[in-house]
Amino acid sequence: MVDQTTDTLPQRPAASRPAKTGFLGLKGSDATLLIVVAILTMCAPFLLNPFPETSSLAQFNAGYPDLMQRFVIFGIFAIGFNILFGLTGYLSFGHAAFLGVGSYAAIWTMKLVTLNIIPAIILGMIVAGLFAVLVGYVSLRRSGIYFSILTLAFAQMSYALAYSVLTPITGGETGLQIKPTDRPILSNLQDGEIGRANLFGLDMRSSFELDMGGWLFTFNIGYYIAAVVMLISFYVAIRIFRSPFGMMLRAVKSNQQRMSYTGLSPKPYTLAAFVISGMYAGLAGGLMVAMDTQVGPERMFWTASGEVVLMVILGGVGTLIGPVLGAGMIKYMENILSKINDNVLHQWFAFMPDGIEDFLVTVIHPFIGKGWHLTLGIVFMAVVIFLPGGLVELGQRIGRLFGFGKKADDSAAAKTPAE
Amino acid sequence: MDAIILQILNGLDKGSAYALIALGLTLIFGTLGVVNFAHGALFMIGAFCAVTLQRILSLSHEVVDETRTDFLGNPMKVDVPYVYDWFGEAAGQAIINWSVPLAILFSIPVMILVGISMERGLIKHFYKRPHADQILVTFGLAIVLQEIVKAFYGANPIPTPAPAAFTGSFDFGVLLGFDPFTIIYPYWRLIYFVFAMVIIAGVFAFLQFTTFGMVVRAGMADRETVGLLGINIDKRFTLMFAIAACVAGVAGVMYAPIVAPNYHMGMDFLVLSFVVVVVGGMGSLPGAVLAGFLLGILQSFASMTAVLDVLPGINQIIIYLAAIIVLLTRPRGLMGRKGVMEE
Repeated sequence: MVDQTTDTLPQRPAASRPAKTGFLGLKGSDATLLIVVAILTMCAPFLLNPFPETSSLAQFNAGYPDLMQRFVIFGIFAIGFNILFGLTGYLSFGHAAFLGVGSYAAIWTMKLVTLNIIPAIILGMIVAGLFAVLVGYVSLRRSGIYFSILTLAFAQMSYALAYSVLTPITGGETGLQIKPTDRPILSNLQDGEIGRANLFGLDMRSSFELDMGGWLFTFNIGYYIAAVVMLISFYVAIRIFRSPFGMMLRAVKSNQQRMSYTGLSPKPYTLAAFVISGMYAGLAGGLMVAMDTQVGPERMFWTASGEVVLMVILGGVGTLIGPVLGAGMIKYMENILSKINDNVLHQWFAFMPDGIEDFLVTVIHPFIGKGWHLTLGIVFMAVVIFLPGGLVELGQRIGRLFGFGKKADDSAAAKTPAE
Repeated sequence: MDAIILQILNGLDKGSAYALIALGLTLIFGTLGVVNFAHGALFMIGAFCAVTLQRILSLSHEVVDETRTDFLGNPMKVDVPYVYDWFGEAAGQAIINWSVPLAILFSIPVMILVGISMERGLIKHFYKRPHADQILVTFGLAIVLQEIVKAFYGANPIPTPAPAAFTGSFDFGVLLGFDPFTIIYPYWRLIYFVFAMVIIAGVFAFLQFTTFGMVVRAGMADRETVGLLGINIDKRFTLMFAIAACVAGVAGVMYAPIVAPNYHMGMDFLVLSFVVVVVGGMGSLPGAVLAGFLLGILQSFASMTAVLDVLPGINQIIIYLAAIIVLLTRPRGLMGRKGVMEE
């Protein structure tokens, strides 16, 4: 890897120019990937509602706006985290702090300046980015587990401060919401009207419903705005992965010492990656506020940082599509598994003899409903043990099994090998 | 003066818990080179051993007591624990009363079993993988363990009282010549501190004065050479893992009366214990113990009202702040050795 970096340096123009011929400056397979993701996100209201409302499988539908928004927002968060962890190998255990800081910045913009979401999101990104500069500058002086602990310490400090001392700014335990008393100076609200997040007048919560033979599809404005932002950030992530800068970040991961011997300091590259991923987290935080107009300090708690690590690992570290898949899978499991209860299970196994039915329900009971974390933990362990490349590796293995070996190799080159 | 002594005392019990967990973490890291994020879960399992034993001992059956009647005039039904039948009422009562100290005996085989199966079943396969993978798989294991406990015991804290003999508080003020009731300290916390010191001394003595400990120390310094000398170092390291699990387990058992066990107590302690280990210096046993007590005492000093008036909220962040300062000024921690965890 490092040898390549040293080689690429002088020939950078020659190596990167021909790649910039395809769609939006992406080479073939990346362009296909982007288009596929774009189609999937745009058609998500259809794809995520595969079962008619009346069928007993309707609870597996994930097409309601709230959940779809979370898919894409956490997708953004995970994409950003992957730029740091996937490329440089620095495992941050405190990324939720940037999400939280971005959220607080966004909600204050909406409370004070305007209810239009664009300034809120941009400010969220900027503030999170500045905070990331500070945290990154200090934390990146150490690496390995020390780096993880330092980021964790910063995030826990932010959480504790948001919870206690900074209550005038953060609202403490209750968090911040848009209240009837808030008068943003640029939005002329009538007296007593509660402001709602909008994009030039388009209300985030308005949606258009389509009732088609037993299926109910919801097209939500907020979701589509978030999806477009997600596509843009996905595109930027592809460009970063393919750029000489991305190559440098991989060099940081594979061997820092050799990188410094070639006359390059790893510090600025890692700090840049840290700030970029912090800004992605701020963007996700800003979008969250744009969707539900509230923030609470629990968004910064270390379990939230752990969750994004789970997402990226589950999907596939260092791959382009992995984080999005992982974020989708965890949010899907959280919502769908936690909704299943014993009655539903009894319905499913109703065709079996009573004894077996009761037995199966008892066996499955700990894994569903409130116990969905158990399922998550087991799935996560299985992934780390057997599939270090996450869902993406699973896809490649299945692909190879059915003889698409050549095709899989192409995307395998896209991911950084784990070791 | 009395306020300062009180804060030092207050810091001791929390510091003891940090020190015990950090000691186990460092043992595992020093011997096996594994960063074990599931160590907090072992602490939690220990606490639940106390809960389980208390429940087992309190198992009871209904007996009709002819001498007493309920408000309808029927003979009253009384729950009688089985231990009353076996050992007589007085002895039975004493056994239930002393269930937390008894749980130490109960927890040791449990923790050895858990420790060995964890090391042989899972962690063994991760020696050659990067530290990040070890962190992640043990993090996953911690989630699984705490969810299993939650499935069996529910999400609410379960109060587990200490023996009645230790419920009161000890008046240190009188002992040291201050006014009475200025420095009072619960007996159980005092016992916890003494217990922690005994365990820590035991672990150090074991490593220092036994042949087994000597081999383990040699293995920590240079695993390969010890292996070349024909010693089965893996087997001994597995045992060290079990011992570290036991230390965490008994620390959890004794902590149960101080904070009612709940399923996420392990994670709460783990995050802080990691900070403690890193401050103490990765791989240094005395460093872990020292940092545990120092940070525990620091935290209780930061909770003083006099300090909080000047720096509000400092008690929430002091440990992290200390960790950041230590890591930036002394990168290897307080007593870290050269060449441990340095890329």
